[in-house]
Amino acid sequence: MAKRTTGIVDRIWDSDIFHSFIHSPTALISSCILVIILLTSFFCEFVAPHDPFTPSSLSLMDAFTPPFWVEDGNTVFLFGTDGQGRDLFSAILYGTRISLIVGFSAILFSVIFGVLLGLTAGYFGGRYETIIMRLADVQLTIPSILMALLIDGVVRGLISRELHDEVAIFVLIFAIGISEWPQFARVARGATLVEKNKDYISAARIIGLPNGIIMFKHILPNILRPILVIGTIGLALAILAESTLSFLGVGVPPTTPSLGTLIRLGNDFLFSGEWWISFFPSFFLVILAFSINLLGDWMRDTLNPKIN
Amino acid sequence: MDFLEITNLNISYLTRRLLVTAVQDVSFSVKKGEILGLVGESGSGKSTIGRAILGLLDEPGKIEGGSIQLENLNLADPATEVSAFRGKRIGLIFQDPQTSLNPVMTVGEQLLETIQTHLQIDAGDARKRAIELLDDVGIIDAKTRFDDYPHQFSGGMRQRVVIALALCADPDILIADEPTTALDVSIQSQILALLQKLRSDRNLAVILITHDMAVISEIADRVVVLKDGRIVEMGSPAAVLGNPSQTYTKRLVSSVPPTDRRIHRFPIMNSDQGSAADQNLKILNRWQLQKNTGASLVRVKSLSKSFSDESFMRIAAKEPVHAVRDVSFEIREGESFGLVGESGSGKSTIAKMIVKLIEPTSGLIFFEQDDITTLEGPTLLAFRRKIQMVFQDPYSSLNGRMKIKNIIAEPILHHNSQLGQMDIDHYVDDLLAAVDLAASSRDRYPHEFSGGQRQRISIARALATQPKLLVCDEPTSALDVSIQAQILNLLKDLQEKLGLTILFISHDLPVVRQMCDRIAVLRDGAVCEIANAERLFDAPTHSYSRHLLNSMPKFQP
Repeated sequence: MAKRTTGIVDRIWDSDIFHSFIHSPTALISSCILVIILLTSFFCEFVAPHDPFTPSSLSLMDAFTPPFWVEDGNTVFLFGTDGQGRDLFSAILYGTRISLIVGFSAILFSVIFGVLLGLTAGYFGGRYETIIMRLADVQLTIPSILMALLIDGVVRGLISRELHDEVAIFVLIFAIGISEWPQFARVARGATLVEKNKDYISAARIIGLPNGIIMFKHILPNILRPILVIGTIGLALAILAESTLSFLGVGVPPTTPSLGTLIRLGNDFLFSGEWWISFFPSFFLVILAFSINLLGDWMRDTLNPKIN
Repeated sequence: MDFLEITNLNISYLTRRLLVTAVQDVSFSVKKGEILGLVGESGSGKSTIGRAILGLLDEPGKIEGGSIQLENLNLADPATEVSAFRGKRIGLIFQDPQTSLNPVMTVGEQLLETIQTHLQIDAGDARKRAIELLDDVGIIDAKTRFDDYPHQFSGGMRQRVVIALALCADPDILIADEPTTALDVSIQSQILALLQKLRSDRNLAVILITHDMAVISEIADRVVVLKDGRIVEMGSPAAVLGNPSQTYTKRLVSSVPPTDRRIHRFPIMNSDQGSAADQNLKILNRWQLQKNTGASLVRVKSLSKSFSDESFMRIAAKEPVHAVRDVSFEIREGESFGLVGESGSGKSTIAKMIVKLIEPTSGLIFFEQDDITTLEGPTLLAFRRKIQMVFQDPYSSLNGRMKIKNIIAEPILHHNSQLGQMDIDHYVDDLLAAVDLAASSRDRYPHEFSGGQRQRISIARALATQPKLLVCDEPTSALDVSIQAQILNLLKDLQEKLGLTILFISHDLPVVRQMCDRIAVLRDGAVCEIANAERLFDAPTHSYSRHLLNSMPKFQP
């Protein structure tokens, strides 16, 4: 029997997962990077040296300032400025926040939607399961970018242009979320089929517990591990999808730019020598997605019951 | 010097938290033509010794000291290339014939591969030898079966193929790790007879690793009893098991259910836990005891169940499987009714239908006066309260994400929603006491408990609704024999005190004899014979019952 441990802190400290975490340089470094990115972008009002979205603070005189180590650059604008004289470093911090919010919300939406459908499909089986899982198959044949473009197009047609800028972020979350749900439904269904046949579920049924309690109190906590793993990797994908859509111009409006919007803005100047405008947002995006993926890989290795 | 001699063997595993000594100062030897039984409960180090001889210790296991001398070779020396001798001089038989053969290679290919790896002979001779080997291990029509895939063989036949594989290179010593544990009793007796025959025909040294005392007492020439990695006792089975000198061996032997008579309780020696019989059962205060009249509690009438793979948008690819065919019996109030049969006999399917986990294809099940297939809403809930179940696998029958107190309180809350928190806490404590668990268990999680303790938790959960009928589906088959004795005693005590009716399902005949008043013998989903326990064991009428009883290994020290 394992040593008795009391508080939740002790239990985490003593757990094998935590042990594996502090002994994995990949996990440590990637989560350090992620924590720094999360903190700086969520508190960007305090961290950012400039406020890039107040037009009165901008000066066209500063436009196209290169990064500070390049000739003509200065340390006021670390990574230089864009065509309107906005500080790129500050814009990236603000943009990362938008990207993260959209990514998190989209993945949360698809996890909830997918797990709900997958869990019920696996639990009830029969005709319901067949229909849900075939729907998931159909959904998977539509590329997520196409799906998002389609939803964005429909919404644009339905509401006015001013209103659209306000709801654009929600449309984006919905569009990305809806195209990611099938993989969560599949994993949740598979795990549910395994758990459903275990004796503790039979015991719960013999006690007479209603299906809802069996599904959400007994099965759900036991299938969360694989969901967490693909959710983490899905988060990186969702952030990339957001950037892609914003780059294509159907994402968040340029007034509140995300990383993808910044890359698009810089793209126009790429060949006229102002490389930094799209380089730094791209670099940030790569670092962000890469760290999340590394953390996801570590989780998959550690939480996989087959390996341990 | 004996053929294989192990001296002062020490093996330990270094884990993150501590150094686990798995084997400590173990010395024994095996002669040619001898079957040596290594017996012990889980964690005794018996399999570790077997793996060490083969040089197959799992990471981070390490031989810390001692020697394994095979004639003039020291296998414990890291410089020795054990892999060169593994398979050639030492053959190995694993527990599970389902997983020890490669499913995408024919049996013949696997034999040829092994033979040609070890012996320098051409393909024709190798093939001849492979067919001879299959013949030797009792595969009928070996020539045609040579090209069959493993899935075309039954479990027992597959284990024979595994034995043939182990014999490919004419080894001098065979290590059999629980070779019959996954098999039914009638096949077990055939495999044991085969091992004995091979031993004498080929003058093999056999190390038989098992937890089953009856198997050891039947075929071993010498036995080594292990506990916590140390040798407790060693000698001939008659001496060690018949007249043990050590307390541990005595305790172990007394826990084995006797096959020739019924005992009231298993004598538990040196047990630090008091038994439920000596205590005032506090849960009795809550129990509405009724006098058992001996009237029938469950009546099963021409019950049948078939499984089909047909479903929505999918046409049945196979014939439906008839798991249960036309089964009728009744269970009387207060008795223990046994369902006995080999795997695939439909015993668990019947239990699942009685507890209403699955619906019968045809036939009726009456509980008290109600046809249970028609129950709905509040009457179904009342039925659920009166019938509870204890499962086979203690590791999957508890939700690992819930604390013990919540696991036990869940049925109480569901059936008595008016109870206050204080009352529920007291009730949970009383239930834990009734199954001999400390009150401090309540705030722990299932993974902190051993198999036997988990089975106690399972029983406490089943008792929480104060059921009349307790369905026990192989409740002890995953447990060590000494733990099995404790759990069986507990069930007997609880039955006596609480007036429970028990439906006891098992493949283990000696256990059924100890537990049941009346027994139904099942084969291929149909009832062969229903009889009183004593009559069934002393004078079985059906030929299949006789066959089962004859194949059962007798523990006669």
